[in-house]
Amino acid sequence: MGKDVWVVAEHFQGRLNDITLELVAKGRELAQATEAKLAVVLLGSKVKGLASELAADVVYLADRPEFREFTPEAYMVALETALKGAQPRIVLIGSTSVGLDLLSLLSARTGCACIDSCTRLELRDGRLLATSQIYGGKLFADVAVPDATTLIAVVPGSFPKPESAAAGRPEVQEIPLPATLPELRIKFRKLIEPPAGDVDITKVAVLVAVGRGIQNADNLSLAEELAEVLGGAVCASRPVIDQGWLPLTRQVGKSGMTVKPKLYLAFGVSGAPEHWEGMKNSELIVAVNTDPRAPIFGGAHYGAVADALELIPVLTEAARKASLKKAS
Amino acid sequence: MIPTAAKLGPVPGWAILWLVFLTAVGLFAWRVVFLIRLLRLGRPEKRWDRIPDRIKQVLIYVFGQRRLLDEPLVGIPHVLIFYGFLVFLMATTGMLLQGLFPGVRIPGVEGNRYLAPVVDIFAVLVLGGLAVSSFRRFVIRPAGLQLTWDATLVNLLIASLMVTYLAAEGFRLVAWPGESALWVPFGRGLADWFSRSEALHASAPALYQGFWWAHVLIVLFFLAYLPYSKHMHLLASPFSVFFSRLDAPGRLPAPAPQTERMGAERLEEFSWRQLLSAFACAECGRCERACPSHQSGEPCSPRELVHNLKVQLLQFGPALLEKARAAADGGEPALIGGLIAPAELWTCTTCLSCVEHCPVLNEHMSIMVDLRRRLVERGEVDARLEEALRNLQRYGNSFGQSERKRAVWTQGLDFKPKDARKEPVEWLWYLGEYACYHPALQETTRSLARVLRAAEVDFGILYEAERNTGNDARRAGEEGLFELLREKNTATLQKARFNNIFSTDPHVYNTLKNEYPELNHGRHPIHHYTELLADLLERGRLKVGHKLPYRVTYHDPCYLGRYNGVYEAPRKVLKALGVELKEMPRSRRDSFCCGGGGGRVWMEEIGEAHSRPSENRVREAAAVDGAEMLVVACPKDYVMFADALKTTGLEGRIVVKDLTDLVAEAVRVKAAEVPQEKAA
Amino acid sequence: MNIAVLTKQVPDLVEGVEIDASGKAIDPDSIRYILSESDDHALEQGLLLKERTNGRVEVFSLDTGEVRDTLCTALAKGADRVVLIRTGLETPPSNHTVAKIFATVLRGLSFDLILAGVRAIDDLDGSLGGLLAGYLNLPYVGLVRKIEMADGMSIAVVQKEYPGGYAAELEVKLPAVLGIQAAEQPPRYVPVSRLRQVMKTANVEEKEAPAPEPESVAVERMFKPEEGTGATMFSGTPEEIASQIVGLFSERRLLR
Repeated sequence: MGKDVWVVAEHFQGRLNDITLELVAKGRELAQATEAKLAVVLLGSKVKGLASELAADVVYLADRPEFREFTPEAYMVALETALKGAQPRIVLIGSTSVGLDLLSLLSARTGCACIDSCTRLELRDGRLLATSQIYGGKLFADVAVPDATTLIAVVPGSFPKPESAAAGRPEVQEIPLPATLPELRIKFRKLIEPPAGDVDITKVAVLVAVGRGIQNADNLSLAEELAEVLGGAVCASRPVIDQGWLPLTRQVGKSGMTVKPKLYLAFGVSGAPEHWEGMKNSELIVAVNTDPRAPIFGGAHYGAVADALELIPVLTEAARKASLKKAS
Repeated sequence: MIPTAAKLGPVPGWAILWLVFLTAVGLFAWRVVFLIRLLRLGRPEKRWDRIPDRIKQVLIYVFGQRRLLDEPLVGIPHVLIFYGFLVFLMATTGMLLQGLFPGVRIPGVEGNRYLAPVVDIFAVLVLGGLAVSSFRRFVIRPAGLQLTWDATLVNLLIASLMVTYLAAEGFRLVAWPGESALWVPFGRGLADWFSRSEALHASAPALYQGFWWAHVLIVLFFLAYLPYSKHMHLLASPFSVFFSRLDAPGRLPAPAPQTERMGAERLEEFSWRQLLSAFACAECGRCERACPSHQSGEPCSPRELVHNLKVQLLQFGPALLEKARAAADGGEPALIGGLIAPAELWTCTTCLSCVEHCPVLNEHMSIMVDLRRRLVERGEVDARLEEALRNLQRYGNSFGQSERKRAVWTQGLDFKPKDARKEPVEWLWYLGEYACYHPALQETTRSLARVLRAAEVDFGILYEAERNTGNDARRAGEEGLFELLREKNTATLQKARFNNIFSTDPHVYNTLKNEYPELNHGRHPIHHYTELLADLLERGRLKVGHKLPYRVTYHDPCYLGRYNGVYEAPRKVLKALGVELKEMPRSRRDSFCCGGGGGRVWMEEIGEAHSRPSENRVREAAAVDGAEMLVVACPKDYVMFADALKTTGLEGRIVVKDLTDLVAEAVRVKAAEVPQEKAA
Repeated sequence: MNIAVLTKQVPDLVEGVEIDASGKAIDPDSIRYILSESDDHALEQGLLLKERTNGRVEVFSLDTGEVRDTLCTALAKGADRVVLIRTGLETPPSNHTVAKIFATVLRGLSFDLILAGVRAIDDLDGSLGGLLAGYLNLPYVGLVRKIEMADGMSIAVVQKEYPGGYAAELEVKLPAVLGIQAAEQPPRYVPVSRLRQVMKTANVEEKEAPAPEPESVAVERMFKPEEGTGATMFSGTPEEIASQIVGLFSERRLLR
């Protein structure tokens, strides 16, 4: 078995997805640690240019019209072909809509073992150990990566994205696919865009939540500015909705929506059980309330006893500055 | 002197009268028979038991007009009109008989020394009553009271009957003054007034005849018209009262056995008594005015429900009577989704105010629950209710929390309550899920535990074996779930050892008391905790350390008050605590529901945000002069009102407190106190 | 059209999950089982398709957990046949093993569509549907939220979910396996009375299936995430607090 680390790239509308960059960075780290090569499998149509953005040693490329959009079968055929003969140590895939399909199909077809929902991957005493989250994050499992080619699906955001765009001069090799692919049973028809109109807060990664502490509708604009800077949306607990300051579609809680964003910033929200139920699984909960005994502080990850109306504009400025700094 | 003795043209008067009389009676009878046949479409129901009690109901509610006097402004006029009707029934029967058999000497009212004055006075009383009720109906226009041609016509007919009688009486006295000994003040007054005119004086006999005929013809017209108008409540309501439910209101009728499908939707699936509601309903709107959901702008209306059942019955019942036509027409159109929208059914809180205020003792709730049962059976249940029902089925509580956590609330106590599964106890405390799981209520639950311990009450709980008793699941229409819960709970209770049961939750109290037959044959008296506390205070087992200086108002929970008549016990407790109790305008049986019953607490809010029942109620409480606290005795009330105080912004003005907290404060029981252990 | 739905029982998180003495697996005594949520959606989707195409739905499950309840519920909802597969396995098997067992059972049976929930909370080694499709050499699409039949029922047009509200519409030639994310309507409610009736008269078929060499994932250790007791509090002036919060964002890569 070889030592190489492979990454299966994902891209959308001409840009590499964050997960790919995260996996490439991690793959680079692992490859260096084991003195192996890092290879990226890049499938698509007219995507050759993306190769230079990959800090890999090799890019296995299949650039054909059939691969313009992802379809499980076509991509699986390409990957199967690429893997034939090669025996990488691990193949890193995103635990995504694309990745999960590929992980399972490939594992069955090639007989390679696979591990899903990986959030950590490390070398310990020369052995590779993957940590996966299960039961909705209530438990973690350390899994020994078997001594044969193993496919590993990684949860996006588990590994850091490299700060700067990678400089890459990978060697590009064409995957030896036949000129005409066998009859494919899955065909791409069209892409469906999300409906225009009010935001679906269950699909937004950052939510700025406002509660009674926001005091009146005019102060909403403060929250909206903050949400914009953070790339998120404003949502609210019931009293705010009841006052009619925001539409029902923005309500979080037992009688509203259940959300699981990456960041839930709660301002002036007391954290009553009915509200908590709708957002308790948010990955990061930061609460701001003037009442130090507000129930939300019991469950939030971070908190501050402060006046939301004072804090929000300050926070917005600080976040804006930090974003600019990041971009530069 | 008898008007029909004379000839009208070539024909003798009595012949014409006979013709009209037979026609009217024929139409009346035919229609009444038709209505009875429609009723018989409904499924059978045994309501012929306990006849003495039923007669008593009729005496109280029909002759005593008890419910009508809830609203005295219109109640008194109605009593007058009702008794006027009975009086005139007597008078007119006499007149008709005389008219039909002019040759026979039949004692009538007109000349009778004792009866004539009564009729005379009642004619004016009825007119007075009509004036008030018409003013109310046409000018004030209270909600729920319909302005229809039917109502207008009926009012006109009654008025004209009174007027024609009085006019006939007046002209008779003018024409035959020989009866001057008769004391009929109004008739005589009219007679005097008529006498002033020569012309009227001269034509008095003819005018008497004319008005006599008018009166009799109007009566016969009214007779024939009666069973076609809403006034058929006249005929139907004595029966609706006679056949009313004598069971405790807290015992919901079980579904009819041997039915394939739960609930009712098609006419033949309702019981005949439910169908009778349609005819007995006078469309007075009292139920609607009492309904908290309706008052909040939600689509729920008990009056509309009964009305739509009537429409359905009258429109499609006839086809069902002729089955062949029904089959050919594709059968009866669906009631739910047709005349009745599901939203109307789901917004009911089962508070029983409609049933409590209905003068003809209709059972709107049983109709509503039967319709809900059918919706549940079809799986057409709102998403959040579904979730609650699934949780009840799987975890025995609607919160979706593990049954193992049922007794987590005890962890804040410095003692461990007895386990009634393992050792015998005097009192079994059936807590109910809200007291156990809801974070806002757990401290109050602990308070009560400490109070009881301080009073040395020997109580125990069921720990993890306690499950939701199914009261609200049943009222949400999930009868199967109710039966499942009841089975499990009955098995648990039969294994536990206790003498009495009490509960902190009126919903639990209601169903254990009324719907768990195996528990209930006298062996296990079931109480509400306020009754227990009242008793302990009275007997001095709980001593008030210091009287509380608060001014409070008290909300009667629906399932404690209207359903089970427990009004005094909580008030006794409050009195013993020394607080000053000021009642809200709508208290006791008029108490206004918090909006959480009937499974509503599990459902989507449908009504407008600013007028939920709970908000309406807290505003009423805050308006009570000087009240600083709204005292409740039901956990759902607590949660609903605490929430409403926030959304109405009344949080600073008034605070909601469970009776337990006040008792705990007054008897000075705190967390740190551990009473002396009783010598074993 | 013939539809097979594959279901799996998973631990019910409401009851919590505890790790056993070995530290490598969950403690079977601590858990109650419940139908995997996306399998419930798969069943619902199957029933919807059955109603639309006048077809048949057959539900299969291995014998771990409270399977009878699930299968009877499926019957009460309208499934035509339910099959319990007895494997004689002692511990819940990995998805690879399950997929192989299903592959053996289903091979040779003529199903147009095989539906499975795309993901279960205890998945460690891939998605059951994808694995099964691989073994049976059938086309597979996961994270499906909508299915329409086309071309005389020989093609399924499916919508595959992507993040941010995007979706792809794909044509899949039947027979195929689909991993369901969500059914087109929430799983239907079965009134308890009907369920109890069905449980009295239900016919749950049983089938023996030889368990293959179990392939399991080599778990070395299971552990719970560290628990905090309440929020870590920031303090200071609004500027100081803001700065700390932004620092947190930066660390968690939440800044754009």
